[in-house]
Amino acid sequence: MSERVAIIDYGSGNLHSAAKAFERAAREAGLDGTSIRVTGDPAEVAAADRIVLPGVGAYADCRAGLDAVPGMVEAMTEAAIGKRRPFLGICVGMQLMASRGLEYAVTPGLGWIPGDVGPIRPDDPALKIPHMGWNTLVRARPHPLLKGIPEGLHAYFVHSYALSPERPEDVVAEADYGGAVTAMVARDNLAGTQFHPEKSQHLGLALIANFLRWRP
Amino acid sequence: MLKTRIIPCLDVKDGRVVKGVQFLELRDAGDPVESAKAYDAAGADELCFLDITASHEARGTLLDVVSRTAEACFMPLTVGGGVRTVSDVRQLLLAGADKVGINTAAVKNPDLVAAAAEKFGDQCIVVAIDAKRVSVAGEEPRWEIFTHGGRSPTGIDAVEFARLVAGKGAGELLVTSMDKDGTRSGYDLALTRAIADAVPVPVIASGGVGGLDDLVAGVREGGASAVLAASIFHFGEASVGQAKAHMARAGLSMRLDPC
Repeated sequence: MSERVAIIDYGSGNLHSAAKAFERAAREAGLDGTSIRVTGDPAEVAAADRIVLPGVGAYADCRAGLDAVPGMVEAMTEAAIGKRRPFLGICVGMQLMASRGLEYAVTPGLGWIPGDVGPIRPDDPALKIPHMGWNTLVRARPHPLLKGIPEGLHAYFVHSYALSPERPEDVVAEADYGGAVTAMVARDNLAGTQFHPEKSQHLGLALIANFLRWRP
Repeated sequence: MLKTRIIPCLDVKDGRVVKGVQFLELRDAGDPVESAKAYDAAGADELCFLDITASHEARGTLLDVVSRTAEACFMPLTVGGGVRTVSDVRQLLLAGADKVGINTAAVKNPDLVAAAAEKFGDQCIVVAIDAKRVSVAGEEPRWEIFTHGGRSPTGIDAVEFARLVAGKGAGELLVTSMDKDGTRSGYDLALTRAIADAVPVPVIASGGVGGLDDLVAGVREGGASAVLAASIFHFGEASVGQAKAHMARAGLSMRLDPC
């Protein structure tokens, strides 16, 4: 079955890298009929079978970028909440799924995963911020997106702020950085990774392939 | 646990690697994309392209290299060299760079760091600090920022400058000792440590690696979060895998995922 995956273009994010990683993962998973589209067109997002919200940058700036595309938040909401299409938020894209962001200014998020995005505060003050580099995932519960991925593989993180979900059951995995940092969240057909699967080599490509096959 | 990163650095001029990668039998060692793929396969934790093209007109060539690398390598890429404006940063990020290095322009105008960080987030702004020791023997050590490949002194104290740009939103500092660069006698550990201790953000040690013990010392004694090297990898004296194994044996936490 041919599926349409929409990677949302809202003037933020490493869209090029994300699109190439999704294309590679689709090819390696034998999902040749899957079309990966980078798009800023709300109609295309609303009609997509799977939606990806990437994000690199500051929270308020990303939110403003999303709002600057007329109808985009409504289209995403229709697809992800209305039609329950598989949705993946990456880095700030994942953080935007929260209730609000506290970076530079208090900014409302989409409110899909209740919780705030606040500064990381490691209990060891010598630890550097941003949390930057390769870290392992501490799994809180199994999830189809992590299926078949061996324990101990590393994921690439670059962030100074982290999502603290109000509901512990929304947390799929954490990273240890002077305390637990939320690494992955999920609820129903919604998932988000704080790390960058498109930059996480084996783990990343396997996770993306799992997302492309996911039937929540 | 967060791992120490090894970052091979490639000098790129007019779209070609200036120092070839000799440890792998590449058909075209001068193509940065082929070099990047080789390092990706070898387990490098990140890659750094330093564009040393003199003319600003050749920018399109660099963007093409970055874009083709991002198509082939699913690992983090930092690109620096000739970045002068917020628009330069945006172009590199859009082409596929994950982080952008700012050097001379940050010295001339530290507010550029703030403007870029506010726009794109702290995490993708790397300030490259080139410093030389200016204190004489017996004096408290002092380092000064130099620009234009180490030719132009600025009178700016390196540690003070590091604090300043970290406060303006640099997410990481790439600290290169101009005294050590190319000498193969090891990093300037005192410089690396002085800056690492002065700022809350990660520091990448750079300049002077001659052997694998230098990488260990950069972390242990220099306090660096990541170590950058060029020649030892390019000229085939060590592979990234050997470097990682050496650092792991020395007790550092390394990412040893199968490649």
